[in-house]
Order: sequence, then C-alpha cells, then structure tokens
Amino acid sequence: MFANFDFDVIRRSLTYLFFDGMTFTLTLTSLATCGGIIFGTLLAMMRLSGFWLLSRFAGLYVDLMRSLPLVLVIFWFYFLVPYIGQWLTGASRPIRVGAFASSLVTFTLFEAAYFSEIMRAGIQSISRGQPAAAQALGLTYGQTMRYVVLPQAFRNMLPVLLTQTIVLFQDTSLVYVLSIPDFLGAASKVAQRDGRLVEMYLFAALVYFVISCVASFGVRRLQARLAFAR
Amino acid sequence: MNYHWNWRVFWEPAPSGTGTYLDMLLSGLVLTIETALCAWIIALAFGAVIGVLRTLPSKTASLVGFAYVEFFRNMPLLVQLFLWYFVLPELLPRASGLWLKQLPGAPFYTAAIGIGLFMSARVAEQTRAGISSLPRGQKLAATALGLTTAQTYRYVLLPMAFRIILPPLTSEFLSTIKNTSVALTIGLIELTAEARAMQEFSFQVFEAFTAATVLYLLINIVVVIVMRFVERGVAVPGYITGK
Repeated sequence: MFANFDFDVIRRSLTYLFFDGMTFTLTLTSLATCGGIIFGTLLAMMRLSGFWLLSRFAGLYVDLMRSLPLVLVIFWFYFLVPYIGQWLTGASRPIRVGAFASSLVTFTLFEAAYFSEIMRAGIQSISRGQPAAAQALGLTYGQTMRYVVLPQAFRNMLPVLLTQTIVLFQDTSLVYVLSIPDFLGAASKVAQRDGRLVEMYLFAALVYFVISCVASFGVRRLQARLAFAR
Repeated sequence: MNYHWNWRVFWEPAPSGTGTYLDMLLSGLVLTIETALCAWIIALAFGAVIGVLRTLPSKTASLVGFAYVEFFRNMPLLVQLFLWYFVLPELLPRASGLWLKQLPGAPFYTAAIGIGLFMSARVAEQTRAGISSLPRGQKLAATALGLTTAQTYRYVLLPMAFRIILPPLTSEFLSTIKNTSVALTIGLIELTAEARAMQEFSFQVFEAFTAATVLYLLINIVVVIVMRFVERGVAVPGYITGK
C-alpha cells in the first residue's frame, strides 16, 4: 500500500508549501477574521438598531450571504471586484485586482455575515439593565456600545468567534477554484508537477488536521477558563 | 459600468448542444439537489449513530464517537473530497483501484459520500446535544420501567431528541446543499459549475451568476418552508413548540 511512497517529494517542497502556501493561507485567515469581525459587529449593531432601513438592510445582507455557497461567492467577487474598483476610483476600465486582494475582499464580506450572527447573539446576551444603566449615567449610544456592551459581548462570544476562525481557516482552501497557490493550491501544484497526488494530498490533509485540532483544543481550554471566571 | 448586459442569453442555445443556457443551469440544479439528498441520507444515518455513541455510558463508544467527529471536522471539505477522489483509488489493491477510477459517475458518488461523511460529524454533534439536553429523569424513568438501553433510545430519548434538534438540522441540510458546490473541483457539473461554464462560453458573467444565486435562494426558501411544516407536524402537544 505505502510501498512506493515517496516522502522525498514532501521534503523537497517544504519551503514552497510553508513559505508561499501556508503564509498566504494564514495571512488571508487573520486579515479576513479581523475584517469579518469589524464588519460583522457593524452589521449586528445595524440589525439591532431601531432604524427600520438599517436593520432591514443588514438582515437581507446576512441572509443572502448565508444562503449562498462560498464557492459561488468567490466567483462572484472575483469578477465583481474589478468593476467595484472601477466605480470607486472612477477609472475608465475595470481595474486589475490581484488574487490576494480579491480573495481578501470575498472572505471579509462573506464571513462578516457569519460573524455578525455571533456578535448579535453576544450583544443580546447582555442583560437589558446594562445599557439602561449606561444611559442613566448619561453615556451616548456610541459610548454605551464602546465601553459597556461590546467588551462583554466579545468576551462572552470569544470561544465561538475563535471556532468560526477555525472554520474560516479551513474555508480558505476553497480559493483553489481560482488556482491561487494557498497551502492546498501549492500542494496540488507540486502534486501535479511530480505526479505525486497521494503523498501531497495526504500531507496537506495531515497539516490541516493538526493545525485545526490544536486550535480547537486551545479554544476548548479557553472556554473552560472563561466559564470558570464568569 | 461598461458591462454589456444581455438577459436574453438564457434562451440562446448553449455550445454543449443539449439545449439553451437555461437548460444547462436547470440540469445543474437537478444534480445539486440529487447530490445533496444522497449526502444528507448518509449524513443523517452516520450522524445519528455516532451521536448516540457519544452519549452511551461506555467509555470506548464515546471515544470512538469523539475520534470520528474530530477526524471529519478538522479537515477542509475540499481536502476530504481530494482524499476520496484522488488518494483512495491509489491506496486500494490495483484491481479495485482501477475499477473505482473507471466507475462512470465517480464524481457523483464521491461527492455524495464525501459530503455525507463530512456533514455526518456535524449531525452527530447536534444529535449528542439534543440527547444531552433531555432531562435526566427521562432516561432514569425508562430504566426504572425495565427498558433496555436500546429500547430507551428507540422509544424515549431519540424521538424527543430529534424533535428538539429539527431547527439546527434544517440549517445543516442547507449547508449540505451549499457544500455540494465544492464538488465542482472533482468534476461534478452541478449548479455553480454550470454557471461557471455558461460564463466561459457566453462571457455573460453576471447574468450566469445571478441566475445561480436566484436558484440557490429558491432552494433555501423551499427547504425552510417545508421544514416549518414538518416541525409543526411532528410537534408533541404540551412540549416546547407543541400546542
């Protein structure tokens, strides 16, 4: 079964896999997480706001994103971002957008919908007395959110946000459909060049597995500590 | 925006020779639904068994369940599909590997099984959550009545647990439908792949993706409405959502 297994192909391509591929994957994951949490929090605040138009817009956006497959959204933005760029900069033709920028926009906007649902649950988990007390102290809406509600919401939702980040990390492998060399894309390139599909895909699977396992173990530890501190 | 819109493109004949572009998209839609249903049956069957294993008193059983869930949850779906599609036939004995590679419709079977097993880990987690959300008294009462463990699960715990987890199961089913689009990487020509093919043939990018988007939204709406009826139909009077 593993008789003609060529471990050397993995060793030879290690630098390419990790310096090019994994760097891309991790950069995309961390930037998209930050962007997704910021936009997601804004969306959650819009959705919970009293303005009918804002909450309706946020609700529609979140529902739309959550009912579409990520692959389709990746294709959408891949073709749409050049036109959006043209519209924003007022250029005469659709602008050229690199693979990284395109996938960063896609993942930020797509994951914002999922993060917004988490943040909405987090904001709603704060007891009503807290914003009421903040208002009684004379804090504005912005101050109430900034100093009272959001810090607690973040803290309560931290394990869920991190779990969603692990999902996002796994989802970034889907940029494969645009033939972008993320970690899986790099592994697949080597695999096809050297005709070593078995070794490279097994190795890629193992790496994803180890990283996700360690990360979710860490989240579980954190969850236990947070539950104790509360 | 200097994009040339042409909504009538759907009624133009597609170069694949099997009808119009609209026919192309609809055949993709059918394949998406078929794959999702097959995968969902596998996910429900395996997920229910593993979910039950994780709640059994036996240490070994819950360890097996734990390992299963962690195995399928910690790898991206795309990687899992590659393992099933490219790696498995190579690791099998020559004859059966060759048979597997030449199997007509291999992308369909691979997608159904791969996505089914991937989703089964999530279904298992929901099942476990449903069973452990039941009051402890139910299991104790069943034991006091002299029911065996199998009977307790069959007649007491599972009927209630599945009713409780129906809403999360609905969203897992919706994820299953969305996840079928990942199978375009192993050559399954489902809805997203057909939209992409249409874009490549006709250059009408936004029309093609808009159509796919609308079709996905329609599936979602239909599933949500159907499941609302199912939920109402199976509700137990006097219990949670029942009247």
